[in-house]
Amino acid sequence: MGHFFSVVVEPGFFQSEPVRLALVAGGVVAVVCGIVGSFAVIRGQSYAGHALADVSVTGGSASFLIGISPLWGFVGVGVVAAGIMDLIGIRRPRGRDLATGIVRGAGLGLAALFLYWDTTHSNTTGATITILFGSIFTISSSILPVVALLSALGVGIVAAIYRPLLLSSVSTELAAARGIPVRLVGLLCLIAISVAVSLSAMTIGAILSTALLIGPAATGMRLTSKPGLAMVWAALIGLAATWLGILLAWDSFYWPPARHGWPVSFFVVALVFIFYVLARQPAAWKARRAAARSGAARRAGVLAPVAPGTQQG
Amino acid sequence: MFSGFMANTWAVATIVAVVAGVVGFFIVLRGAAFVADAVPQGAFAGAAGASLLGINTLVGLAVASLAGALSIGWLGRRGRQDVATALTLVVMLGLGALFLSFSVEYAPEIESLLFGEVLGVSATEITPIAVGGALCVTATLVLFRPLLLASVMPELAEVRGVSSRRMETYFLVIVALATSMTLPVVGALLIFSLMIGPPAAARSFTDKPMQAMALSVALAVGTVWAAIAASYDTNWPVGFFVGTIGAGCYGAGRGWAAWRAARDPRPGAGRGTGEHGAGEHGAGEHGAGEHGWAAASVRL
Repeated sequence: MGHFFSVVVEPGFFQSEPVRLALVAGGVVAVVCGIVGSFAVIRGQSYAGHALADVSVTGGSASFLIGISPLWGFVGVGVVAAGIMDLIGIRRPRGRDLATGIVRGAGLGLAALFLYWDTTHSNTTGATITILFGSIFTISSSILPVVALLSALGVGIVAAIYRPLLLSSVSTELAAARGIPVRLVGLLCLIAISVAVSLSAMTIGAILSTALLIGPAATGMRLTSKPGLAMVWAALIGLAATWLGILLAWDSFYWPPARHGWPVSFFVVALVFIFYVLARQPAAWKARRAAARSGAARRAGVLAPVAPGTQQG
Repeated sequence: MFSGFMANTWAVATIVAVVAGVVGFFIVLRGAAFVADAVPQGAFAGAAGASLLGINTLVGLAVASLAGALSIGWLGRRGRQDVATALTLVVMLGLGALFLSFSVEYAPEIESLLFGEVLGVSATEITPIAVGGALCVTATLVLFRPLLLASVMPELAEVRGVSSRRMETYFLVIVALATSMTLPVVGALLIFSLMIGPPAAARSFTDKPMQAMALSVALAVGTVWAAIAASYDTNWPVGFFVGTIGAGCYGAGRGWAAWRAARDPRPGAGRGTGEHGAGEHGAGEHGAGEHGWAAASVRL
């Protein structure tokens, strides 16, 4: 058993301080992303989540310029962008996507400029890669309280507005009829998403952080139709992907071709995708069985006239 | 500014802008912003892989963007489209990150793939870009009527024998091709601003499809030219100017639509900015689980 363990886990894994910090911070972030991401998926705001992640690159690059932790930049710019999206956002999905894309484009344009200044003026050449692809092993212990605070903020927002948010996510009209301030609820949700994405940008990188937000949440929704349970699944799946990703990255240190370790973010993203693909199988089988059953029923009842309005859509 | 190596830049940038204007018109019409955003970013993995294997970047881009577009189409038919798009995108970006970690490429070259580099276009690169661009524009113009019909009224298109699924595949392939042409110039992260800002603005200014497309091309060309001129003068990255001018176009379109609506408050007047267009694709496409969600939340 001990031998097997040392084969799966390269020696020194649990003794390494950066790994321990990565496990703690990455785990917390994965749980937050799973919970908040569930709402992004129910509301069909995958694109908003992705755009907020991209825009947070702007904040990350600006923070290198003024010399603060990238996390502050991610969060600051993310929340501002969420506000702008809400301001110019249009309620119908198409217009919303366009507005989202425009904010994202403008934000990335600024990011290009800031990164250019990073490399020319302040001479921080590694900034681009750190911001875009993450740096989970360079998390310093001083940032942990901030991570905890932001995590509490993100989860706190969705917990505080859980019921109105859920109702307005599935039916805006019904929520409005019940007197829920739909727009405020939407804005708060977008802010929670931007906080979650910022946290995940710190661990697996800004342009990949959508993976932790959307992947586990979509997988959770495939496994159950109960919102609360789906969030628990999402948090667990995100946690599993992150921890396994960190472990594999540690193990891959001597793997070919480069022999300096494969990136953590690659493993996390790949695992999230594998979980999603695996989770879709039971759903597909169920659907096929249901289709076969209803097909048989239709064949059986083919002679019975179907009253208008009772046909199945 | 117009001499020597800059002549290539102007030629390539103009081709790119025309392609972006034509293809972008349909992206805005179909509300396919997320797909149009994901394909170029996914294609970045192809460029990174090509540089690792030492083959032509354009080939890597074409393969990766086609693979990305087709898998979005394939996965999207089996689940929620936005989730499928997001996951395809991050998987390809993850591969890109992996390839980058293997290669010994310097950061500035990666940055130029992501944020664009117009000043380094060589004469040998113009021919493939021109051929690909011509292919893209021709395909779009040949498919113009069925694609327009399938984008605006999918039901009517089906009745007329135009398969909207096949049209979607064609559309995705065209987007992929356009991406491979435009990516080296404007960069993976910013093609999208060029493909969406000018066409969205054009649609607010006119309701006629052909005019809107022409205007969209004109605005895109103007955007790219202004961006290159500004970039040449300031030495700032061209992506910054494309992003901000693209957003400016959209803002102008929104402003125009609002002004027209205020002046002429008839319903339907001043609808602009691409938010109209019949056939809400998204509405009926929720996963099976969502009915349970709806019921659950109503009970609460």
